[in-house]
Amino acid sequence: MTSSQPWALLDRLLEATMPHLIAAPILLPLLTAALMLMLEERHRRIKSVLSVASGLAGLLVALALLRWVNAPETGTGPGSIGVYLPGNWKAPFGIVLVADRLSSMMVALTGVIAFATSIYSTSRWDRAGVHFHPLLQLQLMGLNGAFLTGDLFNLFVFFEVMLAASYGLLLHGSGKHRVRAGLHYVAINLAASALFLVGAALMYGVTGTLNMADLSARIAELPAGDRGLAHAAGAILAVAFFAKAGAWPLNFWLVPAYSAAVSPVGAVFTLLTKLGVYTVLRLWSLFFAFDGFGQHTIVAVGLATLFVAALGLIGTQRLSNLAGFSVVISAGTLLAAIGLGQPGIWAGALYYMLSSTLAAAAFFLLIDMLERWRNAGASIAGYESGDAAPFLAEDLRPMDDVNLDDDAQALYGRAIPAGVAFLGLAFLATAVLLAGLPPLSGFIGKFAMLSAVLAMPAVAPAGWIFLALMLVSGFFMLVAFSRAGIRHFWTAPQVTPPALRAVEVLPVLLLLGASLALTAGAGPAIDHAGATARDLRAPAVYRNAVMHAKQRPALNSDIKVKP
Amino acid sequence: MQAVLAIAIGVLTGSGVYLLLRPRTFQVIMGLTLLSYAVNLFIFSMGRLKVDSEPILIPAINASLANTADPMPQALVLTAIVIGFAMTALFLVIMLASRGLHGNDHVDGEDEA
Repeated sequence: MTSSQPWALLDRLLEATMPHLIAAPILLPLLTAALMLMLEERHRRIKSVLSVASGLAGLLVALALLRWVNAPETGTGPGSIGVYLPGNWKAPFGIVLVADRLSSMMVALTGVIAFATSIYSTSRWDRAGVHFHPLLQLQLMGLNGAFLTGDLFNLFVFFEVMLAASYGLLLHGSGKHRVRAGLHYVAINLAASALFLVGAALMYGVTGTLNMADLSARIAELPAGDRGLAHAAGAILAVAFFAKAGAWPLNFWLVPAYSAAVSPVGAVFTLLTKLGVYTVLRLWSLFFAFDGFGQHTIVAVGLATLFVAALGLIGTQRLSNLAGFSVVISAGTLLAAIGLGQPGIWAGALYYMLSSTLAAAAFFLLIDMLERWRNAGASIAGYESGDAAPFLAEDLRPMDDVNLDDDAQALYGRAIPAGVAFLGLAFLATAVLLAGLPPLSGFIGKFAMLSAVLAMPAVAPAGWIFLALMLVSGFFMLVAFSRAGIRHFWTAPQVTPPALRAVEVLPVLLLLGASLALTAGAGPAIDHAGATARDLRAPAVYRNAVMHAKQRPALNSDIKVKP
Repeated sequence: MQAVLAIAIGVLTGSGVYLLLRPRTFQVIMGLTLLSYAVNLFIFSMGRLKVDSEPILIPAINASLANTADPMPQALVLTAIVIGFAMTALFLVIMLASRGLHGNDHVDGEDEA
């Protein structure tokens, strides 16, 4: 019993802080950002420390929330739903924050990546421009808020917070490439936000509410004549979320923007597309799961995205484009899996989402180190900024000084510098994770999805296409990564070992370690994902939890309202 | 009145989308502005059009939507205006930066002429 003592203590502590703990992942970055804005730019050291401390605190809070939702002793047992009423107005009249299994999982994922990024950015990128750390914190606030909110219009506001910060982060470091990519990124997101507003307003016009739980109940009760308007609103909202999730054909901005961003920003941006995917999953399961509206469209969009991204992946040689396309592949896979609508597939997809996001974020960080090593300090090699044909890149000419045949005497017995070994192994690990090869978690996620597709009572044609595309895209990814690996590690024109700093290596190790933990703990993780998927298929529980949330302190009944 | 508002929203949206697809950054920003006007009017109209009634409760008058205007869309539209305005201002800054860096106002930073 002694070993469970601390856990019991922790559970009691969590129980005491709820429901206020739900607001912490939003308030913490907000307050940190506000504090940093008061410091002048020359106190950069203090800002870095604050940023990393806030990242760590955010991660701990997110894990605490995850524990509260899942521990048997807290809340209403495993799968308890925490509801926070920020204005102390009863739902559906006030805004609600909801922490259920899915939300707390996404907030925890955000916490891990944010912590790693905040460490990495202190190495040099936060000095490439002003206000990096406050923008990063506001970005996290927007992400956490969007994951936790239970109100459609509040979701829009948090989307805008997140986007406003992401505009600043994308432009961080300035330069032609970033400004051009930023221009496109801002334009497409402003247009998507307009669609979001139209959809949300239409939803309100039809149902008279914006609370997601209330909407879920009211859409099901709409008379048949009004159903069409609700469907139109849902479709308009979906277009906006597809644009954010990077779904084809709304994703042409994504790869240029992600590869133009500085690398810690790229790592955080992997979460933005996941937010689009999360929103589609959340809103579809609440609003339209009962009549299956739009299901085929989501599958079709997901499959098209997967297909186009797989083609793009083998057509590129730049590492940052490779990372961008793997983000799109992940989004396409997830959208198709969501559209197939089976809890088993959702379970695999949620696990795959964790794994692929961690791996993509690690890859973005890794690219920075690799390119600095390869291009002698520059982030982009000289020949890559031009419009050179992809297969005639300068470094693919035969070299005289590297001998790879049988007489390669000079290569024997030479110690591999630790930096090269680290970069090589980390590259290998991310490639294996992203391509979904055994034994790491990418494979487990894909395998879980595939076996769930095959376990469907009647496998639809879309299921077979999904299966084929997933295997093909994995193979393409393997080809693309092998080619990039050979170019960067084996055809080495110079032999200076890379100069890496601990603050650069640690975050990558942290992200890869999280993936390894996900692999080692695949059983509990998949069980959790499965429970999350079953929760999503039973929206009545979510509705009840939100609609019956109690005000605190309970309002005195003898307060008279003036007649 | 419904027809007038609907036509206004339609014309604003149409012009907005047309300008959004033009190759000059200034046209794009005008398009986005018109689009956001259209969206704001649309949100407003979702509270149903009502003449001569304000969104406040008056003592002795039954507080129902028959006697008052719906305050909710008005609050939403206010939020949307503020956010849209801020984002447009930001876009304007990026537009100027792009103009300065590329020396022209094409959305891709280069004229193919």
